[in-house]
Amino acid sequence: MTPSDYEYLRKLLKERSGLDLSADKQYLVESRLVPLARKSSLQGIPELVQKMRNGACALTGEVVEAMTTNETFFFRDKIPFDHLKETVLPALVQARAARRSLRIWCAASSTGQEPYSIAMCLKEAGAALSGWRTEIVATDLSLAVLEKSKSGIFSQFEVQRGLPIQLLVKYFTQTGELWQLNADIRGMVQHRQLNLLQDFSHLGTFDIIFCRNVLIYFDQTTKANIFDRLSRMLEPDGVLALGAAESVVGITSAFKPYPDRRGLYRPNVAPAARGGITPIGLRAAASAAR
Amino acid sequence: MRTCLVVDDSSVIRKVARRILESLDFQIVEAEDGEKALEVCKRAMPEAVLLDWNMPVMDGYEFLGNLRRMPGGDAPKVVFCTTENDVAHIARALHAGANEYIMKPFDKDIVTAKFQEVGLI
Repeated sequence: MTPSDYEYLRKLLKERSGLDLSADKQYLVESRLVPLARKSSLQGIPELVQKMRNGACALTGEVVEAMTTNETFFFRDKIPFDHLKETVLPALVQARAARRSLRIWCAASSTGQEPYSIAMCLKEAGAALSGWRTEIVATDLSLAVLEKSKSGIFSQFEVQRGLPIQLLVKYFTQTGELWQLNADIRGMVQHRQLNLLQDFSHLGTFDIIFCRNVLIYFDQTTKANIFDRLSRMLEPDGVLALGAAESVVGITSAFKPYPDRRGLYRPNVAPAARGGITPIGLRAAASAAR
Repeated sequence: MRTCLVVDDSSVIRKVARRILESLDFQIVEAEDGEKALEVCKRAMPEAVLLDWNMPVMDGYEFLGNLRRMPGGDAPKVVFCTTENDVAHIARALHAGANEYIMKPFDKDIVTAKFQEVGLI
């Protein structure tokens, strides 16, 4: 891969997915794109890049998908889900007693383990949410992972990473070495393709947003922009959950830490008081138009 | 340091499990069947048991029943680790007092996740 090819890919990935590759990540690009080039019957990355430069849209989409990291597992890091069950849900059940509805957004939901973990938490809440309208919206950039998520089918390896055995027996049906989530759990999750760099205000307002282990791949400016727009999507008493290695500290004042609950944040200002913020993706488009 | 009793008739599996569990700071005791495992428990009750199902002399299911009836036998966290990968076996194991269940083949990620789940890590 020539330095020029690498720069082209870096720029394209930043614009399309927010992925911020440092100058020393050629090995990562090669490990992900050489197999894609082979699959597409191309000689290697130079030919792949040439096709993309010539406007091969489908191939460009495949490159973006191949470069995204879809690592996920059920109840990842455990603690955020303990907080959800023990702190966040009880508080929201009380606060929404009149409305009796909850909206949860799982951003960058990958192959579904996270939104389905949330769905199982809601199911386990039992009587407390009986008769409530609960909505879990799972979004991801990649159509391929969304398709897998929709199927609710997981390998033996996947169901053993973080999923308590009692929940496996309770909510899954076994087919050979595969396990499929039962229809009632699958039915709790809506899937939509969404790029966090683009406008997402059409999704509406949420009580809880899980946006975990995705912003870590973005640069500071992009993170700040997304945080600011996420804060406008949350109810004033809503909760944002981030990944174990992520924080808002030093990036945005749109959120403040949830007291004594590491990884959870609350919006700093009520939605009505927040001004409009242009998504990074639209800024790039406007800039290109100029 | 906490002790984990690894019960499996395969010396290879015991060796793999020992390597993983030692890296998770467990002291390991091994037994090749349920009967020998019960003798270990009579001498000193471990904090954790990683338990195969199919073994000669006494299988893991029978061992678990005997363990849970022993004085102090309700204390160890028991994690089955077996090729019996169907729901019926899992349900039987849970009913008999197993805390978690690993379906072979396994790796360090799976053992770690399961031991975290039952509060051993």
